[in-house]
Amino acid sequence: MLKVKNIETLYGLIMAIRGVSLEVQEGQIAAILGANGAGKTTILKTIMGLLEDQPDKGTIEFLGKRIDGKDAEEIVHLGISYVPEGREVFPELSVDENLRMGAYTRRDKKGIKEDYDRVISHFPVLSERKNQWAGTLSGGEQQMLAIGRALMTRPKLLMMDEPSLGLSPILVKEIFGITKMINAEGTTILLVEQNAKMALKISSYAFVLENGRIVAANTPDILLQDEDVKEFYLGIRSEESVKGYQRWKKKKRWR
Amino acid sequence: MLGQLIVSGLAVGACYSLLALAMVIIYKTSDVLNFAQGEMAMISTYVAFTLMESHHVPFQWAVILTFLFAILLGASFEFVFLRQAKEPTVLGLIIITLGFEMILMGFAGWKWGPDQRSLDFPVSNIETYNLFGLVMSKINFWTIVISLVLMFILFLFFRYTKVGVAMRATQQNQLAARVMGIRTKWILSFTWAISSMVGAVAGMLIAALGVLDPTMMMDPLLKSFASAVLGGMTSLPGTAVGGAMLGIIENLFGGYVSLAFKSVVAFAVIVLMLCIKPSGLLAKHYVKKV
Ligand SMILES: Nc1ncnc2c1ncn2[C@@H]1O[C@H](COP(=O)(O)OP(=O)(O)OP(=O)(O)O)[C@@H](O)[C@H]1O
Ligand SMILES: [Mg+2]
Repeated sequence: MLKVKNIETLYGLIMAIRGVSLEVQEGQIAAILGANGAGKTTILKTIMGLLEDQPDKGTIEFLGKRIDGKDAEEIVHLGISYVPEGREVFPELSVDENLRMGAYTRRDKKGIKEDYDRVISHFPVLSERKNQWAGTLSGGEQQMLAIGRALMTRPKLLMMDEPSLGLSPILVKEIFGITKMINAEGTTILLVEQNAKMALKISSYAFVLENGRIVAANTPDILLQDEDVKEFYLGIRSEESVKGYQRWKKKKRWR
Repeated sequence: MLGQLIVSGLAVGACYSLLALAMVIIYKTSDVLNFAQGEMAMISTYVAFTLMESHHVPFQWAVILTFLFAILLGASFEFVFLRQAKEPTVLGLIIITLGFEMILMGFAGWKWGPDQRSLDFPVSNIETYNLFGLVMSKINFWTIVISLVLMFILFLFFRYTKVGVAMRATQQNQLAARVMGIRTKWILSFTWAISSMVGAVAGMLIAALGVLDPTMMMDPLLKSFASAVLGGMTSLPGTAVGGAMLGIIENLFGGYVSLAFKSVVAFAVIVLMLCIKPSGLLAKHYVKKV
């Protein structure tokens, strides 16, 4: 469905993405894992067409069509939606208006109504807060609003950037549960996460990103066996001395 | 006396409000203070004047054509000057509007000369209405009515139309707006167009209340800037109320205290407001959650 081939993205002279290729199949939940500054957000923004004149090199295909170099407006229209990192709701629009902005490019009144009801059924709290300014919602509610707003574009592919950021463990579980449900209803999902444990639990394929390069890509069960992934992303240490500290310094294989 | 002073102050204040709203709409979208706002309105008013005076176009058609001109003027200024600026800073853009202001002022002086003219408004400024025992000139009455109607239309537009809400969305978060598929560049041109049109209404009303000459907007622009400060530069209702208050206050000051210092009131208001409540009369606040 989404084919990213060898893209390079620059911020000025700094290369943030150094030749990334990845593929997302229809119906999947794919995850991109990586530490702070690895370039996860940059990949999503590049796909979404939010960075002017980027990617510098490489191609992006969606449903067989080249989308690199296209405007965000066009990309939304083709069926990709993006839940930005840090929610980015419209703070002084009501919850209702925020959701309706999600349907900005659409004309099908009936379809919009259906999607609105679907969002409300996933996030009933949004209907209680309908007329409240989005800026006055709690962090968790804002995350739900951001996801709901993205769903209002009726995406074929939903890209989510760290939806668990700053949420309590219970809320994280809830958000991931709903993510799974949205996927089951037929939306392909590309998820960016630091919470590797959770992300590996719900995804069917995952990419590990480091310093703008993909260093591992596999199904979660295989990645979970990987010593490096275990240590650097899940915080599980396999070799410990009796005294409780590591006996030797572990080196990442890919460096 | 008091009633009359209030009504005529309100009429002038309504014009300040409109001009201030025009400024605030742009400021909210792009953080740019448009110093050319007054001159854009002045040029539009001259267009209406020329259409009626030299081409004998009936009043209502002249107004419609003037609106079209104002819309075109606003949108093309944004497109031709501001958008072309490479890696623009807000300060740089403000300087561009200052330059544009001088160009327009010079153009008006060259084209129409410094003579004071009067805009042929179909409402008399000598005849009066007698409402609830209050005598007011017809022009004052209609200025207030027209301003209120236009503000109400603006309110409905920003509140209920898709484009209006999208304009507010773009003001609040450009990144998110683009992600929703909103063409933010188009929205920016549109903002300038609407602002310029609202300014043109203010210009025509100010010319109808007073006279038409190339410098007619200098004083009102300062006052409307004060009104915008009263509204905290961002609140539309606050700005509208601010303009009305300023018009009334300065008129009362002129009537009871000193006519010579009437115009100074606006500065006093700016200073006072910035000292006491810089966020504006009706500013609401939300706490950003992290
Ligand atoms: N606007 C920008 N200008 C310059 N450099 C940038 C910009 N945005 C990001 N970068 C750099 O690009 C690199 C990748 O950033 P990115 O935001 O994609 O990381 P990330 O993987 O999303 O990190 P996090 O998990 O903290 O969100 C970082 O080194 C960052 O400093
Ligand atoms: Mg990020």
